[in-house]
Amino acid sequence: MARKSLLSSHNTAGWIFAGPILLLFSVFMILPFVMGFLLSMTNARLISPNPPEFVGFSNYQRMFDVAILTIDPIRDEAGQIIYDEGGQPTYPRTRNWTRNKEEYPQFFRKTEVFRFNALRGEKRKNVFLAREPSFVHAMKNTLFFVAVVAPLQSFLALGLALLINQKLPGINIFRAIYFMPVVISMIVVAFLFRLVYDAESGLLNNLLGGMTFGLIEPIDWLGQRSTALWAIIIMSIWQGVGFHMVIWLAGLQTIPATLYEAAKMEGANGWQRIRFVTWPGLRNTAILIMIIITMQAFTLFVQVAVMTDGGPLNSTTSLVYEIVRRGAVQQQLGFGSAMAIVMFLIVLSISLIQQWISRQRS
Amino acid sequence: MRTLKFMMAASAVMVAGTASAQTQLSLWYHGAGNETEAAILNSIIDDFNASQSDYAVAIESFPQESYNDSIIAAAVSGSLPDIIDVDGPIMPNWAWAGYMQPLELSDGAVDNFLPGALGYHNGELYSVGLWDAAVAVFARKSVLEGAGIRIPTLDSPWSKDEFSGAIDALAATGDYDYPFDLGMAWGGEWYCYAFCPLLESFGGELIDSSAGYQNAEGALNGDAAVAFGDYFQNLFQNGMIPGTNQDGADRDRGFLDGKYAMQWNGNWAALPAVEAFGDDMLFLPAPDFGNGNKIGSASWQFGVSASSQNVAGASAFIEFAMQDRYLADFTAGIGLIPATAGAAAMTENYAPGGAMEIFFDLSNEQGVLRSPTPAYLVATGEFEKAFRAIADGGDVQAALDEAVDAIDSDIEANSGYGMN
Repeated sequence: MARKSLLSSHNTAGWIFAGPILLLFSVFMILPFVMGFLLSMTNARLISPNPPEFVGFSNYQRMFDVAILTIDPIRDEAGQIIYDEGGQPTYPRTRNWTRNKEEYPQFFRKTEVFRFNALRGEKRKNVFLAREPSFVHAMKNTLFFVAVVAPLQSFLALGLALLINQKLPGINIFRAIYFMPVVISMIVVAFLFRLVYDAESGLLNNLLGGMTFGLIEPIDWLGQRSTALWAIIIMSIWQGVGFHMVIWLAGLQTIPATLYEAAKMEGANGWQRIRFVTWPGLRNTAILIMIIITMQAFTLFVQVAVMTDGGPLNSTTSLVYEIVRRGAVQQQLGFGSAMAIVMFLIVLSISLIQQWISRQRS
Repeated sequence: MRTLKFMMAASAVMVAGTASAQTQLSLWYHGAGNETEAAILNSIIDDFNASQSDYAVAIESFPQESYNDSIIAAAVSGSLPDIIDVDGPIMPNWAWAGYMQPLELSDGAVDNFLPGALGYHNGELYSVGLWDAAVAVFARKSVLEGAGIRIPTLDSPWSKDEFSGAIDALAATGDYDYPFDLGMAWGGEWYCYAFCPLLESFGGELIDSSAGYQNAEGALNGDAAVAFGDYFQNLFQNGMIPGTNQDGADRDRGFLDGKYAMQWNGNWAALPAVEAFGDDMLFLPAPDFGNGNKIGSASWQFGVSASSQNVAGASAFIEFAMQDRYLADFTAGIGLIPATAGAAAMTENYAPGGAMEIFFDLSNEQGVLRSPTPAYLVATGEFEKAFRAIADGGDVQAALDEAVDAIDSDIEANSGYGMN
C-alpha cells in the first residue's frame, strides 16, 4: 500500500513535468497527424470554392491502383515477329488499352511504369501499369535510396569514428574536417554539387578527364537515368556521414578504457578488440543510428528539388518530392495528405521492425 | 476574440481618423526588394491620394516567391486587401476560387490596351496589367547573313522548314556549342509560357479550348502535339538545343558569350543583348510551325479582391494607374513592355525606331494567353514534367498521355472548374 501512495504522490509532479512536452507533442505532432489523416479521406484542395467532400479511401485506392497488361510482339501475316532496325521485336502501343475505357476499363488512364519478360509465350512482355505512375516511381526510388544509404552511411560513419577516436596530435582538425559538410545546409551543398556534377565543365568530369588524360569523356551525371540517383546518393552520404560519425564517436567514448586494457592482457589483437569489445559496447548507438538514418533517408527532398526536379524521366523523384508537388504546388491537399500518411506508415513499420530485430533478449 | 475585434476596430478608427475621413484602401504588391518598382508605384499612389479626397491607398509589398502564399493565407483567414496584383495565368484560378471580383472601370478604359494585359474570366474583366512581356528569337544579323539565312519579319516569319534549315546551317558553321537555346535551365512557369505557344503553332493545345476547357485529351496528346514533341525531341537528341541539364549561368550568358547562335528569350533580357551587339542584334518573331506564329502573353496585373467593400474606389485607383505616363514610367524603370501604344511612344526603347520596338508588335500581334482556365495551375506543372521527359528522350506519346490523364483527372475532380 505504501508503494502505491508513493507512486500516486509522485504522479502529480510527474504530469506537471511532462506537461509542456506533452502539450507541444499533441499540438505539433498528434494533431497534425489526425488532421492529415482526416484530410486524406477528402478531396480537399488548397484553393477551391467547393467545400471538401468525404471520399473515403479513394485517394489510397488510386495510389495503389496498378495492373499488369500482357502484350505480344507484332507479327506479320505469316505469323513472324516483326523486328525493328535494332533487332528488337516491336510491340503494340500500350495506349491501345489504356485509352479505351469501354473495352478495357481496368487499364483506363494508367501509365506504363516498367515492363518485364512474361514467363510463357515467345517474346511476350508484361507491362506494369499504374494510375499514379509518379507515386510508384517515387516509392521505388525512395526505397532504393534508403536501402543503399542506411547501411553504407552508417558503416562509413563508424569507420571514420574509429579513425578519429585516437589520441594523435591534431586529431581535432580531422574531426572538424569530417564534420564540416554537416554544418553546411543541404540546399547549399546541393547547389554546389550541381556544379561538381555539371555535364560539361563540372569538377568531377574535369578531375576524371585530367587523371585519365582525357580518356574518360565528360559524363552527364545528373542527366542520365543510370547515374542520377547514384549521384544524389553519394552526395547525400558525403553530407550526412559526419553527423553520424559524431554519434558513433560519442558511443565509442562511453566504452571504458579498462575493457580494452583487460582485452589486451588476455592477448586480444586489434580486430578482436573491435569485434568483442567495441561492437557490443556500441549496440545501443547502432540501433539509434540505424533508426535515425532510415528516417532521414525517407525524407529525401532538398537534393531532388534543387538538382533534378525528379528527372530525368522520374528516375530521382522521391516520396516527399511528390507529396510537395501534389499537395502544395498542385494544391491537391487530400491526395497529398494520403501520400504523407502512407509514407508515415512505412517509416513507422520499418522502425518497429528494426526495434524488434534489435530488441534486448533477456 | 471579442477583445481582438474591438482592438482591430479601434485601430481602424484611429487610422481612418488620421487620414482625414478618406476611406482606406489596402494594396498588396509582389515586388518587395525592387526599389525602382516601389518608387514608381509609390509615386502613383501619392498622386492618386492627392488627386481626390474619397480614398487613400496604402501599399504593402511582399517578396515575389511568397506573394501567392500570402494571398492564399489571407483569403483563408478572410483578410484580403482591397487591391491585389496577380500573375495573368493564375487569375482565372483566383477568380474561380472567389478571391477576386470583376473590375468596375469606365467605358472604353481598356480600349487601347494590349490584349495580353487584360484578364478576362467567364466574359468579365477581372484584372488589368500596366505592362506585358514577350519572347522572341534572339539572333545576330551578321551571324544569320554569314550562314545565308533569311531574316524573318512579323509578316513573313520562318516556316518550320526554314527554322530547321537555319538551325542546321548554324550547326554546320561549327562556331557554336549549340545553334539554338530554349532555356531549359529555367524551370517552373517558363516552360508553359515559352513552349505552349509553340505547341499551339503546331496545332496542339494545353487544354482543349473548343471543348470549353473541359479536357486535355486530344489537344495535348493528339497528332499535332505528338508532332510538336517529336520535332523538339529530335533537336535535343541531335545536340541542337541544350537539354534539361543546362547550366543556369550558360542560360544567362551563353548567347552573349557566343556559345549559342540563337536563343529563345524574353524582353527582360533584351537590353544587355542590345548593349552587347548594338545594331547587329535582332529580335525575331516565333517561327510559324503551321498554325500561325505565336508567343505567350500576360504578366502581373491589378485586380480587386472579392472581400473588398470598396470596389468602386479600388477600380478608380486601377484606372488612375492605367495612364500612359505611369505605364511609361514602369517601362523606363524596369524595362517591361508598356501596355498601350501611347505609352510605348513615350519611352526610349519601345518608341517607333527604338531598339526594342519589335517587342510591342510581337506582344500585340503574336501574343496568345496561356489557357485561361482555373485548371491552368495544375496543367502548367504537368506540361513542364512532360516537356522535360521529351527533352530527356522519353517516349513522346507516353509523356503527353500521362500529362493528359493528370490534367483531365484534376478537371473532373473539380467538376469542370465552373468554366462555361
